[in-house]
Amino acid sequence: MKASVESFRDARTVEQLLTEIRHLSPGRQIRIMHVCGTHENAICQFGFRDLFPDWLTIVAGPGCPVCVCPATDIDMAVRLATDRGAIVATFGDVVRVPARTTLLEAKATGGDCRVVYGIDDAVEIARREPGREVVFFAVGFETTSCTTAAALRRGVPDNFSVLCSHRLVPPALEALVAMPGQGVDGFILPGHVTTVMGIRDYRPLASRCQIPMAVAGFEPVDMLAAILALSRRAASRERPSDPIFNAYGRAVREDGNPVARRIMDETFERCDAAWRGIGTIPGSGHRLRGAYARQDAQRRFDMTPDESIRDTHPGCLCGEVLLGRVEPEDCPLFRSHCNPDMPLGPCMVALEGTCHARYRHGRPARGRS
Amino acid sequence: MDPRDVVTLGHGSGGKMTHALVRDVFMRRFSNPALVAMGDSAVLDAVGAKVAFTTDAFVVSPLFFTGGDIGKLAVCGTVNDLAVAGAVPLYLSAAFIVEEGLKIADLDLVAASMAEAATSAGVAIVAGDTKVVERGHGDGVFITTAGVGRMRQGAPEGPGSVRIGDAVVVSGPIGDHGAVIAAHRSGLALEGFGSDCGAVTGVVDAMYRAGIRPRFMRDPTRGGIATALAELAGQAGVSVAIREADLPVRDGVRTVCEILGLDPLYLACEGRVVAVVGADDAEAAASAMREVDGGEGARAIGEISAPTSGPVVLRTRYGGTRLYDRLASEQLPRIC
Repeated sequence: MKASVESFRDARTVEQLLTEIRHLSPGRQIRIMHVCGTHENAICQFGFRDLFPDWLTIVAGPGCPVCVCPATDIDMAVRLATDRGAIVATFGDVVRVPARTTLLEAKATGGDCRVVYGIDDAVEIARREPGREVVFFAVGFETTSCTTAAALRRGVPDNFSVLCSHRLVPPALEALVAMPGQGVDGFILPGHVTTVMGIRDYRPLASRCQIPMAVAGFEPVDMLAAILALSRRAASRERPSDPIFNAYGRAVREDGNPVARRIMDETFERCDAAWRGIGTIPGSGHRLRGAYARQDAQRRFDMTPDESIRDTHPGCLCGEVLLGRVEPEDCPLFRSHCNPDMPLGPCMVALEGTCHARYRHGRPARGRS
Repeated sequence: MDPRDVVTLGHGSGGKMTHALVRDVFMRRFSNPALVAMGDSAVLDAVGAKVAFTTDAFVVSPLFFTGGDIGKLAVCGTVNDLAVAGAVPLYLSAAFIVEEGLKIADLDLVAASMAEAATSAGVAIVAGDTKVVERGHGDGVFITTAGVGRMRQGAPEGPGSVRIGDAVVVSGPIGDHGAVIAAHRSGLALEGFGSDCGAVTGVVDAMYRAGIRPRFMRDPTRGGIATALAELAGQAGVSVAIREADLPVRDGVRTVCEILGLDPLYLACEGRVVAVVGADDAEAAASAMREVDGGEGARAIGEISAPTSGPVVLRTRYGGTRLYDRLASEQLPRIC
């Protein structure tokens, strides 16, 4: 296992791929967008932005599920913990996201919020504490919604429910492409999401918009192979027969994981959903369907979103950052007023948020310094 | 009540929140010349000789872990704070807050392990106190130790004495203790390594025996090596450039980090020293450390540079850079 991973981290292969990228001469600026927080994390972790040629810019799109989770949902989770006496269990990076307060602050003032690695840990808490209501605050894209579906299908105790804030990637890409002035020369498709869902959902968009797409994994060689393929296509303006290049073939299939797709279809129905800082995107959310609606925490506790809560701090450009329209450095609050110690916007909170990653990495996407 | 007005777990992370709490509450009330230096130990001139004095509280769950336990940790932690201040540790005190219901046999195991650690570090535990709190008001046992030591000739003069071009040396693989605790808490089985929990007196002695006078030393506990170096950078007004390729990280630690979404540079070490020495002394320091128990994996990992884009700048194995600063609060697992 280790040997197979190491081959995707090999420094010589990385250098070869970087050399091939540098040898392309597109004669113009190429802008490639990824839509996955783990990709942003990997790019920062490997320090790739220092190594790309000046003509190549990798920007982050709306790929951080924690960042796009609307403030109204965070607020409902906080109220469940503080006013309704529920145990609210969720992922580590969700507990610091600001709404009126954060879940971490709610915990310090007596709310019972617990960090878990996944829904199964939350179900376990519900089994251990049958006298308490346990709510799993389900944030994340298809990668995590399939685990929510699987846990619910396996059966959960009566005192367990889900505050469902899952989002889907393809509708967001559709919305993004439809916005004027995007100027994206290629999309890196998220490796985890496509492992579950496959490539087929992206085909209609790819053939319609004619923007090259490449599926990438998260090791350095995976990412560079995708970036090289996209740069080549963008540089030559060639129209290959297959507009989607799968650079993560060892995990991603055309149809994804059929079992996961099926149980997700049986557990969720699609709904219009709000994305923090962006607005409502049609068909981009998951809602519990049929018998599973019993486990819907919003219904169980009769919670209504408090629409008076602002998604972003005045002056915060997180919405524009999430769309890849501006760089974090373009925001007047970045660093000076908004930093990981005192985050004003959602992109500064999550480790995979563009602003947070950029703050820690310290270097803009473009060749500025 | 404003939630920002209460203590959160983040205040215990060793990162910026901890720093702010200490500054705004304790430093404001207790300020005096020995304390404001904010070293690992206070250096005192009051009893006719230079002595170092320090204290540390230990809360760890689980109490027993692969490679150590809370008792060993409590002795070594205070011994190490004295050692990195440039002192030869002499005497410790130990105070126990025991939770009702703890097995006496477990307490005895903890005490036995403290005795063994004290003997091997050459210190005596000469004072103590015991309190018992109601069930539910503690986590088995909390231990606070304090220690005094005699300052060496040529003890480090602190962050201000660090020069651009100086070398940074670490005494062994990083993140072992933090990885063991994280793995225990999440039920991961470990193979091939345990906590590095241990006294660093041996590796510090080895450096001095080799004639090396480190300008700065720290035991990178809570917050890991990234936090220790970022603090040094802030205090000394420099940046610290480190090389990923030279950074010793065990495969097992790397694996735990990848599974749990943690960064080894932020994981606690409990038996390591990071030292800043003159550039010409780097190899001699590392090889002196390698001669003694606990220093086998010592390496030069980087150097002090003029202030640049961040406090700690890591050159990745691919040639790019990654910045490190103190964490805002505790390191939390990522979503996927």
